[in-house]
Amino acid sequence: MSSTAASPAVEIDLPSIPLAELAPWALFFGLLATMVLFFVGAEQGAFSLSSGTLVHEFVHDGRHLLAFPCH
Amino acid sequence: MTARTFLVRGLLAGLIAGLAAFAVAYVVGEPQVETAIGLEQSATGSPADPATAPHDHAPGTPAEHSHGDEDAVVSRTVQSTVGLLTGNLAVGIALGGLVGLASAAAVGRIGRLTPRQSTGLVALVGFVAFALVPFLKYPATPPAVGSGETIGDRTALYFGFVAISLAAAFVAVLVGRRIAASSGAYVGTIAGVSAYLLVVMVAGTLMPTVDEVGDFPADTLWFFRRASLLTLATLWAALGVALAGFVGVDHERAVARQRRRELATSL
Repeated sequence: MSSTAASPAVEIDLPSIPLAELAPWALFFGLLATMVLFFVGAEQGAFSLSSGTLVHEFVHDGRHLLAFPCH
Repeated sequence: MTARTFLVRGLLAGLIAGLAAFAVAYVVGEPQVETAIGLEQSATGSPADPATAPHDHAPGTPAEHSHGDEDAVVSRTVQSTVGLLTGNLAVGIALGGLVGLASAAAVGRIGRLTPRQSTGLVALVGFVAFALVPFLKYPATPPAVGSGETIGDRTALYFGFVAISLAAAFVAVLVGRRIAASSGAYVGTIAGVSAYLLVVMVAGTLMPTVDEVGDFPADTLWFFRRASLLTLATLWAALGVALAGFVGVDHERAVARQRRRELATSL
């Protein structure tokens, strides 16, 4: 009895989300996350979108300890 | 369980991970950063030996920025507290969201793994491919190690290797999944891991080595790198554990809801 009740539940044991539904979330958040990682990891180091060293110095210790290239 | 719930859980798990990583970075890492900056200050303080002042971009030219408190735009106190927290939270939340969405794609698509298991696997693969393997090729360097002149090359090499590693991990999961479907999980896992290792070892061998340590004290370098790796491991472990926990609870709720619905229709 319990096995017959459990067998239809096996199908929802492995649900999956359609990739078409995921795509816009993945694209938008992927771009956003890349920008965040860029500002913490590389801005005013190898690249400088803004001049000066404010961003570099503010996240300086995090950049070193999170293993991004720094100097 | 939808894309939205996975992203929200991922962001929350990333927040937790960022806080945990900050705690480890502050307690374990900051003393090493301070030691390294102390060495740099004493080195730049003696112009007689410019070789020990790797932070100067060229002998005679002033450094682009200083780690000293006197002429810094952001004080060392802010850098080691609010700045460190901001960096860890930003990276934690960004990676949390990415891992959340990757887990959403992985659910139900990796063999017979439950959502909690596949989410844990995504976090584990993320740690290996995004943090551990790049660290083995281009390890973190403390302040005073690494020239400002080569920052462009080093950044390109580092992110290039990260990109290769991530792409290899993604393909390896697809390969392993396909082989597991025909030859079983054991063979599939070995095939996937082998494919990943082959790519990163070839890339790691071909790509140039960065050798800028000079005569920086070996023990301080090791302590800093150990602290850095601990910070990364903490971030990914907290992220994986928290997200797998959230996803597991979501899945149990979804199963319970489905059971109730089936019971209701059977009456």
